[in-house]
Amino acid sequence: MRIAAPSDRPSRRALAALGLVLAAALALPLVASDYVLSVMVLMLFAAYLGQAWNIMMGYAGLLSIGHALYVGLGAYTAAALFVHYGLPPWLGMLAGMAVASLAGTVIGALSFRFGLTGVYFALLTIAFAEFTRILFDHFGWVGASSGLFLPVKSLAHADLVNLRGPPALFYYLMLALVAGALALSRALIRGRIGFYWQAIREDQDAAEALGIDSFRCKLAAVALSAAMTAVAGAIEAFYYNNLYPSSVFAIGNSVELMSAPIVGGLGTLGGPLVGAFVLTILGESMTALTSVVHIDGIKQWSYGAVLLAIVVLQPDGLWPWLARRLKLASREPGP
Amino acid sequence: MLVLNILLAGLLTGAIYGLMALGLSVIFGVIRVVNFAHGEMMVAGMYVAIVLNARWGVDPLLALPLVAALLFAAGYLLQRGLINRLIDRPHYNQFLVLLAIAILLTSSTLMIFGPDARNAQVGYAFDSYELGGLLLDKVRAIAALGALAGVAALWAFFSLTRTGKAIRACADNRLGAQVVGLDVKRLYAVTFGLGAACVGATGCLLLLFVDVQPYLASDYTLLAFIIVILGGLGSMPGALLGGVLVGVSEALAGFFIDPSLKSMFSFGLLILVLLVRPQGLLGRAA
Repeated sequence: MRIAAPSDRPSRRALAALGLVLAAALALPLVASDYVLSVMVLMLFAAYLGQAWNIMMGYAGLLSIGHALYVGLGAYTAAALFVHYGLPPWLGMLAGMAVASLAGTVIGALSFRFGLTGVYFALLTIAFAEFTRILFDHFGWVGASSGLFLPVKSLAHADLVNLRGPPALFYYLMLALVAGALALSRALIRGRIGFYWQAIREDQDAAEALGIDSFRCKLAAVALSAAMTAVAGAIEAFYYNNLYPSSVFAIGNSVELMSAPIVGGLGTLGGPLVGAFVLTILGESMTALTSVVHIDGIKQWSYGAVLLAIVVLQPDGLWPWLARRLKLASREPGP
Repeated sequence: MLVLNILLAGLLTGAIYGLMALGLSVIFGVIRVVNFAHGEMMVAGMYVAIVLNARWGVDPLLALPLVAALLFAAGYLLQRGLINRLIDRPHYNQFLVLLAIAILLTSSTLMIFGPDARNAQVGYAFDSYELGGLLLDKVRAIAALGALAGVAALWAFFSLTRTGKAIRACADNRLGAQVVGLDVKRLYAVTFGLGAACVGATGCLLLLFVDVQPYLASDYTLLAFIIVILGGLGSMPGALLGGVLVGVSEALAGFFIDPSLKSMFSFGLLILVLLVRPQGLLGRAA
């Protein structure tokens, strides 16, 4: 994989493209229907979560297949504090970030202390997510398996403080979060910690020989990724207004979350965005197809087929290929 | 006495789980690819047996050789045609490839057979033996015996035949195996086929007393993972031991606590083993 260099400046072409996309994104709610906006919100969730996951896998090389755990902890903490104590969503979100970050730190500390790597680390993340799913299925305070519901109030006007409003509100909110995550990822990957992460990803022993504290660097990656993921979880809770352990913590959720950055291109800034765009459009067109051809499972089948094709034919992801095609990269990426 | 009965049922189910996990363990131990479509392959095999049973009243035990052969062929072709090309790719990439295959298998069974649970009809479904007060389900006993026979056959294959020994050589040292002239890619395909055949046979055995449903596939995949990690990835006796441990602990947890909590114990056990002894109970340290 390519190591980012501080001299990498986006080309003028790339800046122009970014400006164009951003302008179009900002103007979209003026023309789009609520249905299109709700699809775009889905896409932005996928893009944001992909950025958060990418920090662990793309930059620090830690494969997590249990990120639904952090989505769920963020969602449940914010929602339960709101339902039981009337705590404002934004404060609940902070609490959710703290809880998810703590969980991530504990899981990370345990596995790094015991020297778990590769497949074993990935399986541990699945185990913790599944364990928590079953735990929440029996956790009466948050509604157990029958679910936790948030009171739905009028959705006519936007209320940013209480996270209530039309799809446009969530659209702009997620757009801001995606932009923020992109800026943060870019700053991190060009900063000291970003280079430490990439060094550990490429060769942990060599990195440690150079004096990098790999334990703390990896923990920082997990804690940050978990906290960022929890933010999306909290917003999801107030967007959908209902939470079920079997859907929030499901392993399918974790897989969906990681497919955007992998399809788009691991360890790249544009990857999660491109991946989220492609997969969401794909998913929606398959849903549309299902309304024409009434066959159970045809949506998942087509999704699986396209996913297989992309992963087999473009193992580095769509973004590096696209960036070369559009000449957006200031330099040709290394081998 | 009731507890002993439950313990016995758990033990028998565990032996069947062991054969399923063995398939996964063999594939990982040799090819170093984690088969995330393991449960999905089993469910696909179970549906073949269901069709034979519903159409012509074929006993799943008679369908077993056919299903195992079919899955062997499917696994062989999958490895030959696709996975062999991806051997040197990073493991997250292989993971997504197998996951996509899992999605394709589940949605295919869903498209063909619909979401409802199906079961096979056999005449002896409710027969049981009595052994000194212990009640023994006939179907479970037969299935467990079949599973043990499968494990024994696989063990004999790996320790007695030339092909089996060659596959073990590939697992120990791929480069060395290539140097002495073994056709590693073909042996990998045979291995994947064997792993798939194992899980196909398990599906037929389970069908004697379990309903099948497309969405159950991923649960079986996770279950196979838990068992294999418990016993040790790549260890044959480990897979059997892990299967029995999970079978018994699920049966006991289901009886004493709450059936819906039973897999939480399995996952808790998995976390503990991963942290304390990641090579598994009977595995060798890497």
